[in-house]
Amino acid sequence: MTLGSVPPKFKVSIDRDQCMDCGRCIENCSYGVYRREGDKILIESRKCTGCLRCVAMCPRDAITLTEKPIDYRSHPLWTREVREDIIKQARSGKIILSGMGNARDLPVVYDHLLLDACQVTNPSIDPLREPMELRTYIGKKPSKLKFRKTESGDVELETKLAPNLKLNTPIMIGHMSFGAISLNSQLSMAKAVTELGTYMGTGEGGLHEALYPYQDHMIVQVASGRFGVNIDYLERGAAIEIKIGQGAKPGIGGHLPGEKVSEEVSKARMIPIGSDAISPAPHHDIYSIEDLVQLIRSLKEATEWKKPVFVKIAAVHNVAPIAAGIARSSADAVVIDGFRGGTGAAPKVFRDNVGIPIEVAISSVDQKLREQGVRNEISIIASGGIRSSADLAKSIALGADAVNIGTAALVALGCRVCGNCYRNLCPWGIATQRPELVSRLDPERGAVQVSNLIKGWTDELSELMGAAGINSIESLRGNRDRLRGYMLDEKMLNILDVLPAGV
Amino acid sequence: MKTVKIDARGMHYTPLNQKIRNAVADGAEEIILDNVLGQRFIGDGLRGNVRIIVNGVPGGDLGMFMSGPTCIVHGNAEHAPGNTMDKGMLVIHGSAGDAVAHSMRGGKVFIKNNIGYRGGIHMKQYEVEARPILVVGGTAHSFLGEYMAGGLVLVLGIGKDKAMTDRGIGSGIHGGEIIIRGEVDDFLLGGGAKKFKFTESDLERIAPIIKSFCEQFGYDAAEFLDTNYTKIGPVSSRPFASKYVWE
Amino acid sequence: MCGIIGFIDRTKSRMDGSSIKAALSLMNERGSGDGAGYAAYGIYPEYADYYALHVFFDNLGEPKKKVDELLQQLGEIVHQEEIPTTPQPGIKKVHIPWRYFFKPSEDLMSGKVASEKDVVTYIVMEVNANVKGATIFSSGKNMGVFKASGWPEDVANFYRIEDYKGYIWLGHNRYPTNSPGWWGGAHPFNLLNWSVVHNGEITSYGTNQRYVEGYGYKCSLFTDTEVVAYLFDLLGRQHGLSYETVVKALAPPFWDDIDRMSAKEAELNKAVRLTYGSALMNGPFAIVVGTENGIVGFTDRIKLRPLVVGENGSRLYISSEEAAIRVLDPEVKNIYTPRAGEPIIGRFIE
Repeated sequence: MTLGSVPPKFKVSIDRDQCMDCGRCIENCSYGVYRREGDKILIESRKCTGCLRCVAMCPRDAITLTEKPIDYRSHPLWTREVREDIIKQARSGKIILSGMGNARDLPVVYDHLLLDACQVTNPSIDPLREPMELRTYIGKKPSKLKFRKTESGDVELETKLAPNLKLNTPIMIGHMSFGAISLNSQLSMAKAVTELGTYMGTGEGGLHEALYPYQDHMIVQVASGRFGVNIDYLERGAAIEIKIGQGAKPGIGGHLPGEKVSEEVSKARMIPIGSDAISPAPHHDIYSIEDLVQLIRSLKEATEWKKPVFVKIAAVHNVAPIAAGIARSSADAVVIDGFRGGTGAAPKVFRDNVGIPIEVAISSVDQKLREQGVRNEISIIASGGIRSSADLAKSIALGADAVNIGTAALVALGCRVCGNCYRNLCPWGIATQRPELVSRLDPERGAVQVSNLIKGWTDELSELMGAAGINSIESLRGNRDRLRGYMLDEKMLNILDVLPAGV
Repeated sequence: MKTVKIDARGMHYTPLNQKIRNAVADGAEEIILDNVLGQRFIGDGLRGNVRIIVNGVPGGDLGMFMSGPTCIVHGNAEHAPGNTMDKGMLVIHGSAGDAVAHSMRGGKVFIKNNIGYRGGIHMKQYEVEARPILVVGGTAHSFLGEYMAGGLVLVLGIGKDKAMTDRGIGSGIHGGEIIIRGEVDDFLLGGGAKKFKFTESDLERIAPIIKSFCEQFGYDAAEFLDTNYTKIGPVSSRPFASKYVWE
Repeated sequence: MCGIIGFIDRTKSRMDGSSIKAALSLMNERGSGDGAGYAAYGIYPEYADYYALHVFFDNLGEPKKKVDELLQQLGEIVHQEEIPTTPQPGIKKVHIPWRYFFKPSEDLMSGKVASEKDVVTYIVMEVNANVKGATIFSSGKNMGVFKASGWPEDVANFYRIEDYKGYIWLGHNRYPTNSPGWWGGAHPFNLLNWSVVHNGEITSYGTNQRYVEGYGYKCSLFTDTEVVAYLFDLLGRQHGLSYETVVKALAPPFWDDIDRMSAKEAELNKAVRLTYGSALMNGPFAIVVGTENGIVGFTDRIKLRPLVVGENGSRLYISSEEAAIRVLDPEVKNIYTPRAGEPIIGRFIE
């Protein structure tokens, strides 16, 4: 072993004076950091992922966790990460896989956008006491209405509306499949969105029968592997999403390792227990935009044109013209997933290097659709690193109709973003199929937490809108007039079509 | 038997499918579609046991998401007949385009003549009753059974010197089997695919399928009931797992 | 900020501008002396078939040459002159107000450009966005806008407003925050026969602006009110919606009200909100719009700005303050305040 071992990522220690020797750390750590030998709890720091389960469960706050207890000689270019990746590949000769979203310290455009508020020339609105409308309809809208006079002289609507999803708040939960995450995670979120009057995605994992009671608030996904897809599944969903790509790994397929294909996962996906579930890179019935049209229409035809069909793409360089093509394709919404989008597992080189930020993607897509006169043809749903109600408000002001959250919802369930989702050992019961770990997540309590998060953001969005003198979400959408750029270069300001602060 | 005739001349697929659905709801056991030309999605998402006779050339995605019916086409089929099909049967008295039986999960697709590229791609099997079967009377182009995760692809090569002459057979296959009449050159196999000996017990297993195919198209099944086949399956159920290392 | 007034005589009996001046001046507490303006309909009967283009020129050299060229290229100038003015101590004449009577050329009406009105709209957008030193601030038929920086009575005297007789009058007394001293920023804002006077501030401007710009309008006058004229032109003319429906789109009922409506009515209102969500105007406003067929007054959905309506026989008055109406017509009857978002429409009686 000429390479030897790399320094441990964490150093775990127990304050023996505080410790009451209850053993909760041992019980809770699924990675095997703690073990009992005699009357002592021993620690193997190298196994620690930083999931903080032990810290959360220690009744005495006796555990201390230090990140990078031993670091490499500092170097701005040859960072610790770079060196360790090289060592790993020198050892294995393999592609490095990683979990969660883009982990590079790149500037966040949201953090350089500032929102507006009213002073004097118009009144702020108090959303607790005056109407505040966040209701959002997702789907195709007519570009204009036609009316006709009836014989009795009444005016009657001639235009027929396409099916739209009604959201009470412009926050949905994106697609995280049963398989990637546990059934209790999906159940928690399903209960929350049903209570709140919004929607979540099934991911490409089929629809487990435990979720049938919430199916009116679930968007079923058709991805390249077509796992769990049949006519019953399509008919159960409130809408259907075709997944072309995702922000964490644009241009490549997915792979659920056989270990995660438990009996229940196997039922929902309609594949044998323990078999790998491989989603091809492209849909092999879509090699061109007209093929996408064909898939959309086949789904609509199968469900008798009653369901909106969404198309999800990763935000890649050419996202705007691609979205414009999708707008002409019979799709009802385009979901754009920025390069910070999360994942259970993706090749690290993709996660950290491929795609563009969601902020600029929203901006250029909205602009392109308007230029081509097709903005009303399609709703824009933005996702990929939405962390707060501020990100939400800014996304809508840039032109999105609604956002999908993913990681934020998982954090509401307990996730501490340790990034080890692929190991099937998630001690929070989220990204695992092990029954003893899954049972740690109580769907009733999980639902309350997710619902609390969305309620909190919704109230904050109302307050932000009220402060800006806006009482209906339509008037925030695409209202870049109410954004200012702070420390953004001129080119970026032009792309975002926002003025710099002070102007 | 209750038969309904529909003249599909110049009809868009949505009203055509609507008529088919209505006929099924009215208890039709056989539906004859005349003058079909290019209408996509015939039988899309359709359930039941109805028999649909298509006279003409249907458009792409024939029988997509179909769950039960039998559809017999007197003509060729275009792109991806049997796409993500669940149950039932497609019988094509002619040839078909690319991605035939794409992601098919159950039922049978019988093609009398040839198919294009990527036939049987990502077919998958779940439990015994859901086992997709694609039988091709003639030959198939490249990437036959790519990504295949379950089910059976059978190529008979009727009228050909060699049943398969195109590359990439079973590329990335991790479940199911591809059975080809006669010998297959090694260089035609895709990554992750491997030849297995075709045994008497294999023949016994596929004999009913061969018979059923021959019955549909008026061939003498006896000609095909020997062990002169090549069986191709996955090297492993995780052919590319060794390419990756975790962070 | 700002005081507004609107008047219509539904029998088209005309009234000169002296009393509208008096009524607007009564509301000087609402203004700041930085802008006032009038729109009058029925004032050019001798040129009723021609578009009256009122233009602010910075000088009569290059800007005028460019406008002349554009007009000659796209139609015929039947008559042109400087708009008669009388110097006022309170007004610094920073622009030369000019008027053309113009007919778009018939042979331009085929192909891409659909109508005379599209040609005139194109001219207005082109000049205002791209010709430096020229702003077309009025472009309707048999009507005209007169506006400048100054108090209402000074602006009226400057333009000799009492010399014009109209059956619709709009007036606006401005308290600007955005572009004081810029004549183009004074109200009314006009396109074709749509003229808008507005009290308030539109918080949805960015959304509305992006929406109309998608249809070829260019917001180039630095004031939010401009977009209202284009919204009326887009929805009222291009989409052919009734005035009631336009107001429903701009100041729609709340969703919870819609939820309580009959299924059919709810569907209609939902369709309006879904289709015209980007046209919805937010923030405080009271607006009167002059049109080909009458006037339309309405406020924002939660009534953040005042609006009073009065009637007397064939005459309908809409204003920020009742007192202004009583100056116009001491005998006025039936004074009331409309509900938020309720359209007040005065149409000509044929």
